[in-house]
Amino acid sequence: MAKSIDISDVDIYYGDFLAVQGVNMTIRAGAVTAFIGPSGCGKSTFLRSLNRMHEVIPGARVEGKIVVDGQDLYDPGVDPVAVRRQIGMVFQRPNPFPTMSIYDNVLAGLKLNAGKLRKSEADDVVERSLRGANLWNEVKDRLGKPGMGLSGGQQQRLCIARAIAVEPQVLLMDEPCSALDPISTSAIEDLIHELKDDYTIVIVTHNMQQAARVSDDTGFFNLKATGQPGHLVEFNPTKKMFANPDDPATEAYISGRFG
Amino acid sequence: MTARPAERTAPTTGRPDLPADWTSVRGGVGDRIFAGGALAAGLTILAALAGVFVFLLAKGATGFGKPSEVYGPHAESFLGYVFPLLVGTFTASAIALVIAVPLAFGIALVISHYAPRWLSAPAAFVIDLLAAVPSVVYGLWGAFFLARQLVPMHEWLHATFGGWPVLGALFGEPNTAGRSILTAGIVLAVMILPIITAITREVFSRTPRLHEEAALALGATRWEMIRMTVFPYARSGMVSAVMLGLGRALGETMAVTMVLSVGFDLSWNIIAQSSPTSIAANIALKYKERSADMLEVLVATGLVLFLLTFLVNFAARWVIGRSERRMAR
Repeated sequence: MAKSIDISDVDIYYGDFLAVQGVNMTIRAGAVTAFIGPSGCGKSTFLRSLNRMHEVIPGARVEGKIVVDGQDLYDPGVDPVAVRRQIGMVFQRPNPFPTMSIYDNVLAGLKLNAGKLRKSEADDVVERSLRGANLWNEVKDRLGKPGMGLSGGQQQRLCIARAIAVEPQVLLMDEPCSALDPISTSAIEDLIHELKDDYTIVIVTHNMQQAARVSDDTGFFNLKATGQPGHLVEFNPTKKMFANPDDPATEAYISGRFG
Repeated sequence: MTARPAERTAPTTGRPDLPADWTSVRGGVGDRIFAGGALAAGLTILAALAGVFVFLLAKGATGFGKPSEVYGPHAESFLGYVFPLLVGTFTASAIALVIAVPLAFGIALVISHYAPRWLSAPAAFVIDLLAAVPSVVYGLWGAFFLARQLVPMHEWLHATFGGWPVLGALFGEPNTAGRSILTAGIVLAVMILPIITAITREVFSRTPRLHEEAALALGATRWEMIRMTVFPYARSGMVSAVMLGLGRALGETMAVTMVLSVGFDLSWNIIAQSSPTSIAANIALKYKERSADMLEVLVATGLVLFLLTFLVNFAARWVIGRSERRMAR
């Protein structure tokens, strides 16, 4: 069910402001693709355009083509709600639904998609998703407790379980570890390795070691200049990116030198 | 107060001749003034509430047990006197809530989540303006315009639902001038609409973006997102808004006084030729031509209204608190 994503000539706007310009890339199916780059360069904005979450902000829009499984996501006939059911997302800060139990949090997306589930089916999905997110053993005895009672790292894995419960084709992760401690981060990175067999994963990270550890391909975003839109500087296999990048700007960024 | 810093042992530093002064409280003065001010404000409200209660109790206690002729000509005891008024109060308020609450929540949602910004700001402003219209004006509008317009609706309600088994009791013989408790309730609904709308709009728009995006990213439609995140987040505020609206409806005098044609016969018919008025409206009506005995009775009815408003509020808080405690476990 993992699908590749073909992106051609994508421009992303906030109102009249052009935030990201001219992105072309192909995100491979069943692989992990990382986006790195300085703050404000548009990598999160670009990630959010992949499941049409960008346009949730008033005035925001996307031009260009993003094709998944032969379907242009920005075709006028495509419903953004349907896109988001196929392409799941995990956010920077863990955001389980505060009034729902762990159990209901996992099922939240599925209830939207499938309507009523039989109890045994629902139990199966919850166990499978929580096992998939490496959280089952920690929460199996308190599924009825609120999701907000978990630690930050557990909450984030709960959010991942919630996202994979609907079995999406693609999983987007927007700095999923930036609010977590190193142990939780490591748990999530292990999880990403396991998940990539089943899902196409795209992750935005500020942590270059993390990009090097978890990803197969890496895209480096940067601003063309101060006040200019962000753009994709280089897109290459991660091994090449960190050993022998094509662009001097990439090398400068990765090695900690700017400019 | 000023002697205290000297008593504290300052932590020793490397230089005994210059002890670190850890007790300096430059900002503490402002903090204490503010805390005191806030406490005083809170106590004032409690004191005012207690004062009202004591007044009602002191002046109204004798109103409960007057000779029966005082309560006449339609009642013989305090209970017989106040009960129809209670029914009138709650009928009018219930009609107002049934109409105003869904409407107010809907308007608030449109303003906070559906309407484009250029529309939502002016709409919110107009709703707030409605709150500033004095209740006498609503009363005039209800009595001299709305009531007449509603005559056909009264007839239609009676003709359509009058014969139904249970519902029919609500829609008996219609009021020929439209000045029924239903009309009074509709006027009340318009009056309490702004306050419920304003508060719910505020709490709806405070829903954390993070939660809304969590729902949207799962493939929720806008309405599903609202059900999953906005309503649970805003529930406590929604109840507060309804309670404030109910409080205003229970205590409203002019609109009910001016619209309703007052009678004393208790019936389920909400479009009847005449219906019992509300406690507040009754006080306003009788206040002018009172006897000393009657005044005490009126104050006693005020006490009953006060206690009931209190009870309703407590009940609502308890319901909300219970569901929140259940989630916090």
